[in-house]
Amino acid sequence: MSVLEVQDVRARYGQIEALHGVSLNVEDGEVVVVLGANGAGKTTTLRAICGMVATTGTVNLHGTNIVGTDTADIVRMGVAHVPQGRGTFPELSVVDNLNVGAYVRKDKEISADIDKWFEIFPRLAERRTQLAGSLSGGEQQMLAVARAMMSRPKVLLLDEPSLGLAPLIIDDLFKQFASINAELGTTMLVVEQNANLALGIASRGYVIEAGEIVLSGTAEELRNDDGVRAAYLGV
Amino acid sequence: MSLFLQRMIEGLSNGAMYGVVAVALVIIFKATTLINFAQGGLAMFGAYMANVFAIEQGLPLIVGILLGAAVMAVVASGIERVLVRPFDPANHLPVVLITFGIAYILQAVAAWKFGTEFKSFPSPFPSGPNDHIEIAGARLRYERLGVVLVLMIMVGLVHLILNKTKIGLAFRAVSSNTESAKLVGVKTGRTLNFGWALAAMFGGVAGGLVAHFTQLDSGFMDKILIFSFAAATLGGLDSINGAVIGGLIIGLVESPVQPMVRDYVPGFHFLTSDLALLVAFLLILAVLLVKPAGLFGTTRVERV
Repeated sequence: MSVLEVQDVRARYGQIEALHGVSLNVEDGEVVVVLGANGAGKTTTLRAICGMVATTGTVNLHGTNIVGTDTADIVRMGVAHVPQGRGTFPELSVVDNLNVGAYVRKDKEISADIDKWFEIFPRLAERRTQLAGSLSGGEQQMLAVARAMMSRPKVLLLDEPSLGLAPLIIDDLFKQFASINAELGTTMLVVEQNANLALGIASRGYVIEAGEIVLSGTAEELRNDDGVRAAYLGV
Repeated sequence: MSLFLQRMIEGLSNGAMYGVVAVALVIIFKATTLINFAQGGLAMFGAYMANVFAIEQGLPLIVGILLGAAVMAVVASGIERVLVRPFDPANHLPVVLITFGIAYILQAVAAWKFGTEFKSFPSPFPSGPNDHIEIAGARLRYERLGVVLVLMIMVGLVHLILNKTKIGLAFRAVSSNTESAKLVGVKTGRTLNFGWALAAMFGGVAGGLVAHFTQLDSGFMDKILIFSFAAATLGGLDSINGAVIGGLIIGLVESPVQPMVRDYVPGFHFLTSDLALLVAFLLILAVLLVKPAGLFGTTRVERV
């Protein structure tokens, strides 16, 4: 069953329509990638799912249409979003970033979860009392991911997680995504320009251009598509 | 020496009152990067409400001041919900103009309901002629020391609320990054509403303390508000501790520094206490020109 089903979604910023009827779906436990160039509508697609841009159409989450639902309530329904540019809280300490990540939770395992993410990202543990704004780009991205996972989401939306990071750090981060998906069964929708990496952890993908989905297929199909190879794989 | 000490404690207690109002300004500024010009009006109205509860209804003065502050918290919460939230938070001008309007409305309502004559207002601390301790010949009056004590309690309280409670965590998250706060499930409107209520409560308590020293009338907080702006600007508009220290510095500049300069520096005898407001304004200008982030404010540098 589709955990997330986006049907004919249009999104606009003021007078300008940025998405012209985007449809995609993500099955339970799947990693799906959306490839596209700058300005193609990748970020807007994720913002539309989270109710952060004026949207029409249907976004079904576990079969419930969430278009028009308040962002904070969508988070409560099990969606976590790591926005472009990290989306951490620069004036809060690392550990408070994780605490606030668990804002929607009421159980007693929050501090145990924090310890777990410190184990997964030891560099964050070393900096637990430091302000998030003082972390390096890679550390901030780790923190943003851990912060998002603190809400124990069913669906994780990742907006260009590789942007501006060193290759080694990116490799490491994508390995973590794969293991989060494998171990916790978290469903993921990743938008990326780095097709190689993204297709490496995804089972299926879509290509978005100028606000429309122009291609979809399995990771294998996309990797072998001449257009994708020319535009996103540099071969 | 004893005069200096006496003036100093006077300066510190005035500074503590500026500090409390400055903390109220900072709470709103941290969350919205807005200056709430209605803060003085809310504090003034809180003092009138304290007057109603304590003097007219006969409740203990402390209870009256706290009740007055609580009423203003409710009023501020209503103002935020009805008059502030509908506006785009990124567009500051309309909201700032609204806070100006609210300040004048509160003044008009106070003058209409409570009259325009000055009313004396008691201190919640012993304030008789003999209520003081004497150190080195200086009389440190309890009513002055008490104000400093209240400031310390209130700042401790606001730190507790912001750092140890869930709503405090949410408030800091909204202050740091509103969009990400939504993405962790924080209801930003409700959180800002809490900020307005908290700030108004601070202002209300300040009003109840200041009124004893100035007397009660619909404009008695105006001058205090200017000094508090100076305090908040000096300390850094987004720093609570900065607001407190800024308040104390402004208080000390007003007394003992200013009278000392007047009395002992040749050519400065014109610097009477009437010019204290001018000094405050010059300080605001100087800080904005030289160090816009203030003493303890954060200059936002973020890695991208």
